[in-house]
Amino acid sequence: MTQTRIGRNERINGWAFIMPALVIVGLFMIWPILWSLWMSFQTGRGMNMSFGGFDNIKRLAADPIFLTALTNTLTFLAIQVPVMIMLALIFAVLLNSPYLIGRGFFRTAIFLPCVTSLVAYSILFKSMFATDGLVNQAIMTLGLEPVAWLGHPIPAKTVIILAITWRWTGYNMIFYLAALQNIDKSIYEAARIDGVPAWAQFFRITIPLLKPVILFTTIISTIGTLQLFDEVQNITLGGPSNATLTLSQYIYNLTFRFMPSFGYAATVSYVIVILVAILSYIQFFVARERR
Amino acid sequence: MSDAVLATVARKPFKRPGAGLLKGTLIYAALSVAAFVSIFPFFWMLVGATNSAADIVKGKATVGSYLFINIAGLFQQVDIVRVLFNSVFIAASSTVMTLLFASLAGYAFEMFRSTARERVFTALLLMLSIPFAALMVPLFMMMANLGQINTYPAVILPLVSQIIIFSTFYFRQATKSFPHELRDAAKIDGLKEWQIFLRVYFPVMRSTYAAATIIIFMLSWNNYLWPLIVLQTNDMKTLVLTISSLASAYTPDYGVVMVATILTTLPTLIIFFILQRLFVQGMLGSVK
Repeated sequence: MTQTRIGRNERINGWAFIMPALVIVGLFMIWPILWSLWMSFQTGRGMNMSFGGFDNIKRLAADPIFLTALTNTLTFLAIQVPVMIMLALIFAVLLNSPYLIGRGFFRTAIFLPCVTSLVAYSILFKSMFATDGLVNQAIMTLGLEPVAWLGHPIPAKTVIILAITWRWTGYNMIFYLAALQNIDKSIYEAARIDGVPAWAQFFRITIPLLKPVILFTTIISTIGTLQLFDEVQNITLGGPSNATLTLSQYIYNLTFRFMPSFGYAATVSYVIVILVAILSYIQFFVARERR
Repeated sequence: MSDAVLATVARKPFKRPGAGLLKGTLIYAALSVAAFVSIFPFFWMLVGATNSAADIVKGKATVGSYLFINIAGLFQQVDIVRVLFNSVFIAASSTVMTLLFASLAGYAFEMFRSTARERVFTALLLMLSIPFAALMVPLFMMMANLGQINTYPAVILPLVSQIIIFSTFYFRQATKSFPHELRDAAKIDGLKEWQIFLRVYFPVMRSTYAAATIIIFMLSWNNYLWPLIVLQTNDMKTLVLTISSLASAYTPDYGVVMVATILTTLPTLIIFFILQRLFVQGMLGSVK
């Protein structure tokens, strides 16, 4: 008797406690994402929309700006994520040593960029990479030619990649540091006695043991980079001539900068949805296969 | 690996300047460069606030005499008190709402297990990977249809929806360490479930709440894209939006921008230095 009363109480409270969160997610996430799917089949400008079937998908395939934005986004992804993960791993391994003097200082320093807002650090980078700015002054002191950082496609892409790497390396590093602390020291002890060199310990012990964390951070970074917006919007505004335009930015431009075409913007946004889904799936799959 | 190297260096720092010492030097050199690169932009920001716009774009990295002129310029160019209020109000409201709803849900998911709720939880986790880019267009149209563009609720509610899922996950994970005996004892004392939540769970989980507050506040304080879309007049803009529009002028007044950037960065920087442990704990926990 008592058991059923408690059971009923739990049933009611269980749902009641969850309800506010579910309502918010339902109204501002599930409903919009479904609406967006419906909209992606609509064509027209502004609020005058009509059913267009697959017209938007045809437009997508023939849209040079979309293809540029897609290529740029994938380029950032392919270069930035591996570089950052590697740097974060290296710093984590170095900082994990109990013999290191000034560990706390180095750890705090490398982690510090994580506390800045994306917009704030973007502005700092933009000012440092100005034509006659600090970075070029430093380059000229070294006797090299200054670079028009934000004026040419490849330097502009480089600045964006440098900026994102600056902001997120420390963030990934603390995940690895936390994971490294859980590795049994005796494994390294045994390897050292067996005469395994340091680099082999890194590739044969550390990386395999950290694989779940590496996978996790790779997914997080991949999803983050696919949605890149704040940095390009504030450092280059997608320029020069769309060289740093990202998918998110293109959706924003389609909706809020030009004459809005909501339907087409929704179609482009589903490209990101699909890319995120595929990449997350592949990464999980690969990790499971090799385990 | 590096342990071995550094151990040798630490034990025999100068006696045998062989490969170990060289590697040790390289390690310190690499870390010093990384630390310098990481810290430099902060220094650049602080120094920039004391220089004129012309000096900043010429790369002057020494303290100048323009600080008060820049501060005055900021007060002249934007209604900074109003902007600060907007930022604080929006971030604080989203934080309080997220904390309340996410901890309720995390508590319930963990305490009252049922197959149906597990399925809901899994569905929620899958939704974590929905990119905001796919939501911004329909959300904007929704707010436009409701006539809510440029209002506080329109900016706060979608913000909350963006951070509530991982916050729920965070609270559920943390609740695993909440002793069930405490709840049982409170039940025997005749407390209702919401009373247990408020009087037992909340005080016991203080540090979880603290860590979550830091992360959630920071995320809402720093959010850019959604406020950019939905807040359209200067009197509604947040600090982040304000520095963005100041810096995107054709020739930005960087001195003024730097002062505003310091204002934007300072709260999170202070929280970080005072509560470093909680900060890192929250960051690790929020996505684990």
